[in-house]
Amino acid sequence: MIEITDVNKSFGKLKVLNRVSLSFKEGECVALIGPNGCGKTTLIKSILGMVIPTNGEIKVKGQLVSEDYQYRKQIGYMPQIGRYPDNMTIGQIIFMIKELRKSSQRLDEDLLQQFCLTEMFDKPMRTLSGGTTQKVSATLAFLFNPDILILDEPTAGLDPLASEILKEKIQTEKQKGKLILITSHLLSELDDLITHLVFMQDGNVKFHKPVSALKEETGEDKISKAIAKLLRNNMYEPRY
Amino acid sequence: MNRVTKFIILDILKNKIILIYTLLLSILSWGVFSVEDNSTKGILTLLNVILLTVPLVSVIFSTIYLYNSSEFIELLLSQPIPREKIWRSLFFGLTFSLLFAFFVGAGIPLLVYTPNDVGLMMLLVGLFISTVFVSIAFFSSISTRDKAKGIGIAIMLWLFFALLFDGLVLFLLFQLADYPIEKIMIGITSLNPIDLARILILLHIDVSAMMGYTGAIFKEFFGTALGIILSFVILFLWIIVPYSISLIKFKQKDL
Repeated sequence: MIEITDVNKSFGKLKVLNRVSLSFKEGECVALIGPNGCGKTTLIKSILGMVIPTNGEIKVKGQLVSEDYQYRKQIGYMPQIGRYPDNMTIGQIIFMIKELRKSSQRLDEDLLQQFCLTEMFDKPMRTLSGGTTQKVSATLAFLFNPDILILDEPTAGLDPLASEILKEKIQTEKQKGKLILITSHLLSELDDLITHLVFMQDGNVKFHKPVSALKEETGEDKISKAIAKLLRNNMYEPRY
Repeated sequence: MNRVTKFIILDILKNKIILIYTLLLSILSWGVFSVEDNSTKGILTLLNVILLTVPLVSVIFSTIYLYNSSEFIELLLSQPIPREKIWRSLFFGLTFSLLFAFFVGAGIPLLVYTPNDVGLMMLLVGLFISTVFVSIAFFSSISTRDKAKGIGIAIMLWLFFALLFDGLVLFLLFQLADYPIEKIMIGITSLNPIDLARILILLHIDVSAMMGYTGAIFKEFFGTALGIILSFVILFLWIIVPYSISLIKFKQKDL
């Protein structure tokens, strides 16, 4: 569903993505991991067309992202730090996005109910806590039943209950055969969710493997332990 | 009008600044016309006030609004909306609000007190100048990510066109007084949208006689239909060019 070929991106002299080539198919739940500043968010933003790669091409469902914007209908995006217009309320934001999309599809308002956001519709965005803002972001990402879900640090800042609700939601969507891309540092949280793992470091993709293969290689049955083992073996030592 | 523009206009109208601006303009206009019984004198007074305040408010308000909508832009970008449409909607939204304010604030008293070609010209020029400075605001806000710098650029551009440019022109005039530079002056003047606007109005009031030989040359050029059309073409370019540059930059911007 997503084909990334030879994508480079530099901000001035700083090289953020270095010849990144990846491909993701439907039904996969991919975790993008790596140390801070390794280019995960830049990669995600390139897929969304928010960051324009220096060269290389990205295709979503066979469509070049640089040529058409319609592909974004298929993507639900939950940013790491959601930034919303200060003076709008939760209700206005959700109403506005609905109006702009004018989607004929049935809306998926499960999260809206489960996060109890409807009770806070009149609250302006600037008064919200980080966690509540994340809830709004999550709701918007799932709202239009997209085929691809891109979640940047979805559970960071959410309380355990909300985090559990979100994980259950991701699980149900995964079973519907959607492609789910997650970046996270909390590996233990991902254990029962993910099927594939991409490890990035300094803008390079170090590996892209199915979880089963990884577990076999390291002889561990937990992802977090498998990764830790790999790191300890100095194969992919993070440079700080 | 597309849906994005609608949301932007609603957002701007919620902002009290536009209302205060409208109020200020109407107090000025109604005030000037009711104090002055000679409507030509009224127009002259109003011209100078408008040529200072309208560009200033347009450029500063638009620049700040653009910086403050960075969140809004980011939110829209993750939706299936092309970048060009977001930028265009912001431009239309801001232009519409400021033109509306100018029309209600200054346009109505102008049409009431001077329902002739001078009043109409003044209205038209005011609308054009507002749009030109919205366009300049787009240019200055895309030039840098730093809000303080961006507002600084906007203020500098306003200062340059509203005050410094005239000083430079005067300086040139005195320095090159011995040469026949009147025709060149026409060219130089048209580089400044505010001066262009001022000349267009002055030549419609019969005060150009006071401007001496230069005034005569100006009248010969700007007074003709061709001159007027050309002036508006240049004002139009002042709208198109800064906006187009900003659009090209916005399309390549990383957010």
